[in-house]
Amino acid sequence: MSAARAAKETGERLAAVDAAGLNATLSWSQARLDAEAARVDAMAAPGALAGTPIALKDNIVTTDAPTTCASRILAGYLSPYDATAVRRLRSAGAMIAAKANMDEFAMGSSTEHSAFGRVKHPLEPARVPGGSSGGSAALVAAGVVPAALGSETGGSVRQPASFCGVVGVKPSYGRVSRYGLVAFGSSLDCISVFGRTVDDASRVLSAMSGHDPLDSTTLDRPPMAVPAARADLRGLRVGLPREYFPADLHPGVAAAMERTKAAVHALGAELVDVSLPNSVYAVPTYYIVAPAEAAANLARYDGVRYGPRAVGFGGDIQALYQATRGEGFGPEVQRRILVGTYVLSAGYYDAYYRKAQRMRARIADDFRRAFEAGVDLLLTPTTPTPAFLAGEKTEDPVSMYLADIFVCAISLAGLPALSLPVGRSDGLPVGAQLIAPFFEDERMLAAAGALERVTAAEAEVR
Amino acid sequence: MDWETVIGLEVHVQLRTRTKMFCGCRTTFGDPPNTNVCPTCLGLPGALPVPNAEAIRLASRGAIALGCTVHPASVFARKNYFYPDLPKGYQISQFDQPLATGGRVAFESPDRGRIEAGITRLHVEEDAGKLVHDRFPGKTAVDLNRAGTPLAEIVSQPDLRSPAEARAYLVTLRQILVYAGVSDCSMEQGSLRVDANLSIRRPGDPTLGVKTEVKNLNSFANVERALEAERERQVALLEGGGRVAQVTLLFNATSGQMRALRSKEESHDYRYFPDPDLPPLVLAPEWIAEQRAALPELPEARRARLEMAYGLPAYDARVLTSEVALAEYFESVVAAGVEPKTAANWVMGEVMTSYNETEAFPVEAARLAGLVSLVREGVVSHQAAKRLYTELAARPSEAPRAAAERLGLVQVSDQGALGGWVDEVLAAHPAEVARYRGGETKLMGFFVGQVMKRSKGKADPKGVQPLLQEKLG
Repeated sequence: MSAARAAKETGERLAAVDAAGLNATLSWSQARLDAEAARVDAMAAPGALAGTPIALKDNIVTTDAPTTCASRILAGYLSPYDATAVRRLRSAGAMIAAKANMDEFAMGSSTEHSAFGRVKHPLEPARVPGGSSGGSAALVAAGVVPAALGSETGGSVRQPASFCGVVGVKPSYGRVSRYGLVAFGSSLDCISVFGRTVDDASRVLSAMSGHDPLDSTTLDRPPMAVPAARADLRGLRVGLPREYFPADLHPGVAAAMERTKAAVHALGAELVDVSLPNSVYAVPTYYIVAPAEAAANLARYDGVRYGPRAVGFGGDIQALYQATRGEGFGPEVQRRILVGTYVLSAGYYDAYYRKAQRMRARIADDFRRAFEAGVDLLLTPTTPTPAFLAGEKTEDPVSMYLADIFVCAISLAGLPALSLPVGRSDGLPVGAQLIAPFFEDERMLAAAGALERVTAAEAEVR
Repeated sequence: MDWETVIGLEVHVQLRTRTKMFCGCRTTFGDPPNTNVCPTCLGLPGALPVPNAEAIRLASRGAIALGCTVHPASVFARKNYFYPDLPKGYQISQFDQPLATGGRVAFESPDRGRIEAGITRLHVEEDAGKLVHDRFPGKTAVDLNRAGTPLAEIVSQPDLRSPAEARAYLVTLRQILVYAGVSDCSMEQGSLRVDANLSIRRPGDPTLGVKTEVKNLNSFANVERALEAERERQVALLEGGGRVAQVTLLFNATSGQMRALRSKEESHDYRYFPDPDLPPLVLAPEWIAEQRAALPELPEARRARLEMAYGLPAYDARVLTSEVALAEYFESVVAAGVEPKTAANWVMGEVMTSYNETEAFPVEAARLAGLVSLVREGVVSHQAAKRLYTELAARPSEAPRAAAERLGLVQVSDQGALGGWVDEVLAAHPAEVARYRGGETKLMGFFVGQVMKRSKGKADPKGVQPLLQEKLG
């Protein structure tokens, strides 16, 4: 199929989900899609992603469409440069299809905190698609695009992938350049991928991966190869961290996990009990580290150089800052800036930020020890429940934060992890999470490819 | 009653790099506003910093030149505050793990002779932009050309005991950094900036008094003036029964007055934390050793060497080493064959006068050596030599001998010509001749002068006097 035709059909599907009120896109146009297609069709060697339409979370900058982070403070903001990931995808032949809705500045777990309205779950509109990359997840789940980029700071791709029944892959920290990803928590942020299948996601991840001289935190190692799916899981030891299977786990999730364990076993892997004792502190640790970094990262949105400016009462510079930021940021973003500012303040730094950094090291150490003890991969549920109802957690930030209880620790440890659809609970998708040692992304994807063959059928049926 | 003054200085110098600290933008001074900018130094969404290796190299060199220990690992930290000239809302600096610590600067104090001031630390950071208040009426504009320019901050111990001593420290510090090629240290272009901390206490009191910080000191003379004013202010406060408040002050060079900027209570909480965009800066011990080995000779060593190797007076050696360029020039003149003290006299005289005006050496060492040998050989007089130097400076290609001939500065030592001038002078001044012959021999100088005048300076005075003595005798 030519890129031009793919662009036309993608446009039709985008128009359809927009008309249906999914609210998953923030900007796209047929003209831009056609321009992308023309570029790809003119390429001498279009590459591994030739003519593949890919949606971008709206916190990844491109020069041809606004990048708003779903925030009023960046309404209409047009970047003068493209993100490294976007440049690499384009040179592999991909077409950027749309900018996807998200929680404002990637802060949230339901995509209800968008300044431009919530994204609906593609299967049950009353429910949330997860977040913060909910728009990207919904577009893949609705069959609009085969793959989409999201971003993870603490599970923002794996959690919505689980809710929407698609594959979500977070690579090792440092594997994909952050240059052009609008920063939230820089030590945690990873551009991550949604795909209909493990292979879709792997191919996109591979095209983006590799050292970038513009990002000092990328590792100077070759790009990731696209791993072939394993025939089975023979010879692998798969660890089941007991802290990730609590007694109060949602029964539908627990049942899907039992079937997944059985499938893993049937594929020849050895299942072993492991413990990650410090993972229970992951959410509070994350909610100190990430807001601290966010408070600094979001200081640049001051109305001085770009974005909307509110003059404020009194007309001095302080008034300008207060009015611009007070009107420009939504309540969840303001809450995290306040938390982040507080935990770094003189007199509180040691009690919060320093302590959280120490805990972060211990959480990472748990994983390292488990892998060193001979475990090849870890298997956990991705989320404690299937997709919840819109409005169910917006009044209680902590209950919202706990939606990320099984994904946060991995982000703090910088490890690769993915969510794979493994079943349904009352019609809602359930995802299982595979976690690999640092920079063993290929091992994880190859194993997921084998598991997918068993679980994909199951995810459809039940 | 006596008071002891305690001063510590924080000096920011711009590292002499072609590009900025964390991006590839140029650091050129004086370009049109907002032309040397990019996503990184504008703080655009998604942009990231990448450290400038040359800036790290220069800062490390500077640290070594100041006797600091350069650490194999240091950490970039974010210093958070809001200001329109700070694009990211934080400055990338270093905080609890700086590049280097623990150095010292030896210098000549005007009060205490030769002393040392400790260097607490040297760290690297990026500069902020500039607010422009006079370009648009009633509005403030922001120029971000300077944003992201690499700086080294050098913090001294509170080891300085007077404003004049602080100035002497700065002169020496500047000299060392220029010698080491770390910075241009030009205060006019803002590549050297000084903040000063001052407190006073009773002599012998081991505890420090409450200090104030004086900012905005734009010349070494103003550092001294401002610190004198601040010392007087604190003395008056304490002697009047008051107390010194910990404040930050701005010095107004025109009025000589201090204005309080903010008190300790309103001071910023910068909420420093390690910058997650930048891994720790790791420097291999071998690399640090290479930087040490590559360090050029510093002013102290050079001064000592000039004294020893050339037998120069201490004063000459100090003057010649005050600027690395002067010292280089002096040594190349000696290398061209000029006797060292003669070379020193020339460099400290005509050469330095023109260097101070133009920062250049219009007469290359070889031509100056040629000029000096013309004097030594008696071809031109000492007086004519100065005129010849000016001519050589104006005409870069002309050889000294050719210029002397063109200008008619070649001395006449031919006995016949000299004799003619002597005869004319004696004939013109019969009265003086009579007085000389009557014993008034001090008139010899008069006759020599008259011969020089009559010859329009061309007569070789060494040949004139014996002729006069002969004819008057």
